[in-house]
Amino acid sequence: MPIASRDFRELRLEGVGRDFGQLHALRDVNLTVKRGEFVALLGPSGCGKSTALNCISGLLQPTDGAIWLDDTRLDDIGPEDRGFGMVFQNYALFPHMTVRRNIGFGLTTHRRPRDEIERRVYEALALVRLETQAEKLPGQLSGGQQQRVAIARAIVVEPPLVLMDEPLSNLDAKLRLEMRAEIRRIHTMLGCSTIYVTHDQEEALSLADRIMVMIDGQPRQIGTPEDLYVRPSSAAVAEFMGYRNLLRSPARTVPGGSGVTVMIGGAHVLGTAMEPVDGDATVAIRPDDLHPTVDGPIAATVEIAEYHGRDFYAVARGRDGEDLYFRSSQRVGPGETVHLSVLPERVLVFPA
Amino acid sequence: MSVAHLSLRRRMRERGLDAVTLLVLPGVLFVLALFIYPFIYGLVLSFEPKDGGWWLANYQKFFSEPFLYETIWLTLQIAIPATLLNTVLSVPVALRVRLMKRQKLLTTILVIPITLGTVMVADGLLTYLGPRGWLNRVLVDFGITDSPVRLIHNYWGVMLSLVISGFPFTFLLTLSYVTGIDPALEQAGAMLGAKARQRFFRILLPLLAPGLAITLALAFVQAFTVFPSAILLGAPAGPTRVISIVAYQAAFEQFDYPLASAIAMLMALIQVVIIAALLGARTLVFRGPVSTGKG
Repeated sequence: MPIASRDFRELRLEGVGRDFGQLHALRDVNLTVKRGEFVALLGPSGCGKSTALNCISGLLQPTDGAIWLDDTRLDDIGPEDRGFGMVFQNYALFPHMTVRRNIGFGLTTHRRPRDEIERRVYEALALVRLETQAEKLPGQLSGGQQQRVAIARAIVVEPPLVLMDEPLSNLDAKLRLEMRAEIRRIHTMLGCSTIYVTHDQEEALSLADRIMVMIDGQPRQIGTPEDLYVRPSSAAVAEFMGYRNLLRSPARTVPGGSGVTVMIGGAHVLGTAMEPVDGDATVAIRPDDLHPTVDGPIAATVEIAEYHGRDFYAVARGRDGEDLYFRSSQRVGPGETVHLSVLPERVLVFPA
Repeated sequence: MSVAHLSLRRRMRERGLDAVTLLVLPGVLFVLALFIYPFIYGLVLSFEPKDGGWWLANYQKFFSEPFLYETIWLTLQIAIPATLLNTVLSVPVALRVRLMKRQKLLTTILVIPITLGTVMVADGLLTYLGPRGWLNRVLVDFGITDSPVRLIHNYWGVMLSLVISGFPFTFLLTLSYVTGIDPALEQAGAMLGAKARQRFFRILLPLLAPGLAITLALAFVQAFTVFPSAILLGAPAGPTRVISIVAYQAAFEQFDYPLASAIAMLMALIQVVIIAALLGARTLVFRGPVSTGKG
């Protein structure tokens, strides 16, 4: 029997690290996941997020630190005894078993009575809306259907924790949106704690209660989607959260408050210091926060403008030769001069 | 536009026949000249007894003389255990080797017996396992046995040689089937609570079964046609008088080519029956792709 019941309080990672030979794939991960929480591990490929997930699943042994489920230390417990559900990137459905037997697999290994298996498999099939596909083999299903079987197979055992390793990355764009809503729906219905690995910030923002951003094997920031979106803690996190404009600039404090002045595109602009900064700084601005206005302080020449339906996404060169990415609700064209403005609280200034 | 209205050339192409198809011609000729023709020649020859008589006289002779028909049983007694042993041994070894980093080195070492050929292996075994060979000297000098163990010129000599030359072959085949199975399937099994034993019997083995049937078939053919080691390492007059030896004797000692042909045809028949049974059993198990992910 799996060691964990659904009534756990929290999963704790304490200083978890994993080396592969000389390579530190993962370092200093401290994370607490409460029951029912949806946590996303977000980061570029190779940042260690899958390694972290595999340490939690038990498929990989951490070389440092400890993983606790309430008062039980998990490190010496094999994956088969942890009782966590896992959805793999390539689904990993058993190709020789029908959908029904795939979903029932976890129940048979736990030796549940036959009528209970039948009932719960049926419930899981209904939950992912695949009742009509029960007798098919995985190879006969579409990618989205396979994905749903994988999810049903992981949750049918009612695991305390569901781990998802980039589950949507093999799907096309439209299906990805559909499955995202599906995962959200299932999570709301069942309330199972979920740890979700992804490199897609939009996916993480829309699904997770909390996000841990990882870069180079280290967690850089843990917070709610709003926190990360509005207040990234470092330039590196800002870059990953869609702050396309990352500019080097000297910063000078304005007496009183956290205001600083920085140079953007050759113009002086007011910004917000995320940490005390005086001297060299990195300035982060989202394209969405930079608009052309009649009297904007930053004069720049448009180089490229893409029509995105609702608005234009454009690149303009400032007087100091720096490229600035911005959005505009009015039509802009190459060669045009625009006067960009940005609110001081949307100009994030980090020490360089 | 229906297919009937297309030109002949286009209709042929629809069925996958075009100029490129001609490239199979040399291969077809080769098979016809070196396999089909000799086979039919042998088949016809086997129905023309040397001393006259009715057309099945050679077969009648084979099945009326214990000296001849018992070789079928003798050969199976060597071939079946050797085939099973090699294949069954290959699976755990392949499962282990799959996870190793130095796979190349190990596979190279294992391929060497194949490249050396049976005669060389037999020669080596004769020296090594002989009464004055390394093995027996160690056994006797260390007092493990009182007298040399007899491992050559009998059943065990042939069996050992079949394992040494047959194992690398079954192992390499099995390894390729094993590595074709997505490791994520086993991980998924583990995450769903399956212990190593359950993962093997419920996930790996069913996916491996079609490949193992092929491995068994090929290993059986190799073992059933054993000849050099049965003579060199076995007791060709006694327990290892395999069917290929009596075929050889008929052809080159009694110069009775028709009888030799008849024996060869019987060998072929037995192999075909056993392979058909194995491949027939294969249709009972899953034969689709062993991974499901798209991309």
